[in-house]
Amino acid sequence: MFNTLKKSAAALAIASLISAPAIAGDLVINFDDPNPAPKEGFETAVEKFKAANPDINVIVNITDREAHKTAIRNFLSADAPDVTSWYPGNRMAPFVNAGQFEDVSDLWESEGFNESLASTSSAMTIDGKQWGVPYTYYQWGIYYRKDVFEAQGIDVPANWEELLAASAKLKEAGVTPFTIGTKYLWTAAGVFDYLNLRTNGYDVHNDLTAGKIKYTDPRIVDVFEKWKQLVEPGYFVENHATMSWQEALAPFVAGEAAMYVMGNFSVAAMRDAGLTDDQIDYFPFPEITPGVPRAEEAPADAFFIPTNAKNKEDARKFLAFIAQPDVQTEWNATIGQLPINKNASVGDDKFLQKGFETVSTASGLAQFFDRDAPAEMAKAGMEGFQEFMVKPDRLDAILKRLDKVQERVYK
Amino acid sequence: MSSTDSAELALNNSSGPPSGQRSWLHRNRIKLAPWLFLLPGLIFFFIYVIAPIFQSIWISFYEWDGLSDKEWVGFANYVELMDDDRFYTSLVNNVWWLLLYMLAVPAGLGIALFLNQTVTGIRLYKSLFFFPFVISQVVVGLIFSWFYNPDFGIVGIVWEFFGATPPAILADEDLVTFGIIFAGLWPQIAYCMILYLTGLNNVSPDQVEAGRLDNAKGWKMLWYVILPQLKPATFIAVVVTVIGALRSFDLIAIMTQGGPYGSSNVLAYYMFETALSEYGFRMGYGSAIATVLFLIMLVYISFFLWRMYQDERG
Repeated sequence: MFNTLKKSAAALAIASLISAPAIAGDLVINFDDPNPAPKEGFETAVEKFKAANPDINVIVNITDREAHKTAIRNFLSADAPDVTSWYPGNRMAPFVNAGQFEDVSDLWESEGFNESLASTSSAMTIDGKQWGVPYTYYQWGIYYRKDVFEAQGIDVPANWEELLAASAKLKEAGVTPFTIGTKYLWTAAGVFDYLNLRTNGYDVHNDLTAGKIKYTDPRIVDVFEKWKQLVEPGYFVENHATMSWQEALAPFVAGEAAMYVMGNFSVAAMRDAGLTDDQIDYFPFPEITPGVPRAEEAPADAFFIPTNAKNKEDARKFLAFIAQPDVQTEWNATIGQLPINKNASVGDDKFLQKGFETVSTASGLAQFFDRDAPAEMAKAGMEGFQEFMVKPDRLDAILKRLDKVQERVYK
Repeated sequence: MSSTDSAELALNNSSGPPSGQRSWLHRNRIKLAPWLFLLPGLIFFFIYVIAPIFQSIWISFYEWDGLSDKEWVGFANYVELMDDDRFYTSLVNNVWWLLLYMLAVPAGLGIALFLNQTVTGIRLYKSLFFFPFVISQVVVGLIFSWFYNPDFGIVGIVWEFFGATPPAILADEDLVTFGIIFAGLWPQIAYCMILYLTGLNNVSPDQVEAGRLDNAKGWKMLWYVILPQLKPATFIAVVVTVIGALRSFDLIAIMTQGGPYGSSNVLAYYMFETALSEYGFRMGYGSAIATVLFLIMLVYISFFLWRMYQDERG
C-alpha cells in the first residue's frame, strides 16, 4: 500500500513533467506500467526502436496505471503525447467517439495487420476502423495448487460436474475450493464472464455487454444459478469483499484455498510468494453446456495515437515497429504474456505455452466484462456480482436493478 | 508634503480643501484601503469557491462525459437521483455520520478535562492524545482496516478470545458504515480535545473560585461554571465536526471504496465515484449529487453565519 502511494506520488510528479513541450522530430510516448518487468519490456523495445531510427528523439513518460487512467483525459486534449498506451474494446470507445484517437486503419492495411494481428482486430475496431495497435495479451483461466489436488486425489476437472465434485471434495478436506478478492470488483467479473461464456457462449457475452440482452433474460439467470452452486455451499473464501486480488493470494499460498480464477499476471505474484512451478498449474475453465464453442478471456493492451499528436508520422513508425514479430516476441517474453502477432513466438514458460494453446484454439476472445461493457454498466454490473456473491438470495433485485441501469446506459 | 500630513488631511476630509482639488482616489483612500488588501483574497475566493459552486449547479443540468459535447437534460439528473438506491444509501449513511460523529464533541471534552491538570510530563501526554489528528486520514484508514481484518486484526483476536467467530466488519453491509465512523472518530475526538484544551486555558480562575465558595463541585461545577465559559469552543467543535462528517471521504476511499456493493457510500464519495473515478465520468450526475450535498451543507453554513452575525452584534 505504502508502495502504491509512493508510486502514485511519483506518478503525479511525472505527470507534471509531461507538460514539457516537444519539438518536431521528438516522439513523446506515454506508457502506463512502472512495475519492473513491464517497464523493462517497454524500455527495451524503445531502445531497439531508437537504434533503428537514430534520427528520432524519443521521449518516454512512464506513469502509474491508475494515475494514467485519470491523466489520459487531460493530456489527450491539453497536451497530447504522440503515442499513448490504452486499452481496446469499450475502454477506448469514449476517446474514439470524442475524436481524440487517430484512425490508424491505413497502418493496418499497409502493414498487413488485418492478418498478423487478426486475433484482436475486432477489439481494436469501432465503426469499421482500427484505432490502435496491440502489443500483448494474456490468458485467463483457473490457476490451481497442483500439490493440493494431488494430495486429495483430484484430477483436473473437464466439465461442470467434475468441477463441482472437486470443490465438494476439497471443501470436505477443509480446503476452500476457490480464493477470490472482490474489494475492487473486477475479479468477480472474471468468474461471471467465464460462467457466461461456458453456459451460453461468446455471442451471448457480446450481446449482453452490447446491451442487446437483458440481465433478467433466462439465459443470464441461468448463469447466476450456476454461480449459486458455487456460492451457496461456501466454495469461495469468506470475507472476499474485504480483499484485493493480491490479498486473496494469501489463502492460496497457504494451501487453504486451491483454485483461483485469474489472469496470467497472477503467476508472477504466486512465484514471488514462494510457490514453485511444481505447486501451481493452470487449466482452462471447464465446459458447462456441452457443445458451446470454447471462448476465452484474453484482454489486450495497445498503443494509440492521439488526434492532437504533433508527430504522427513517427508515431505511425513506432506503432508499426511494436507490431513486428521479433519485437513482440522479446517484449512478451520479458513481461510473461502472449504476443499478438501470429508470427511471433511464445516465451518458454509452461503457463505461457498452455495459455497460448488455450487462446489460439479458442473460438472467440473476449476482452473482459469491464472492457466490453460501457464503464457505467460495468461498474453497476460488477457491484451486482459482488453483492450476489455475498447475498445470493437477492438475485432478483440485483438483476432488476441492472436492467434499469442497462436501459439508461444504452439508450 | 509629507505622508503623515496627507493622511491627516484625508482623515479630515470634510474640513479639508474643497473637492476637485484632490483626486478621487486620494480622498477615498481610507475607505479603499481595506478593499485593496482584501482584493487578492476575494479574487481567489471568487475563482476557486464561488464560481465553481455555480458552475457545478450549471453542469448538473447537463449530461456530459467530460470529453464530448454537453447535452442539456434539464432536471433529468435530479429525477434520476430520486430513483437511485445508491443515492438513498449514501444519504442515510450521511445522516449516520452526522449523528455519530457528534460523539466526538463530548468525548473530546472528557479527554480535555482529564488532561487539564498539572502532572509531570503532561505536555507529552497531551501531544500523544493529539497525535491521531496529526497523522493523515489515509494512515488512520489503513490502520483500522488492519484492526478490522477478521484473519489477523485485533478485532478478530478479541472475538476469538471469547470463542466467537469474528465478523468481517468492512465486508458486512450493516456494520461497515459504523466501522468507518468509529475509525473517523479517533482523529476527530483529538481535534475536539485540542479545541477544548485551548478553551480551558481561558476559563477564568476567579469564577471557578467563586463557584467553589458557593459549594459547587462535580457535575454542577462543570455544567454551570465551566461549560458556559467553553461556549465558543463548543461552537467551533460542533461546526468542525459537522463539516468533517459531511465531507467524510478519505476514510471511505481507503477502507472500502464505498463497498461492499455501495453500502458504505456517502454523498461526497458517491459524487467522486460517479464523476471522476475509473468507471464514472458522468459529470452532470456527479454535479447533481454535489448540489444536493451543497444544499445540506448550506443549512449548517447559514446557521454558522447567523451565529457569527449574532455574536458580532451582541
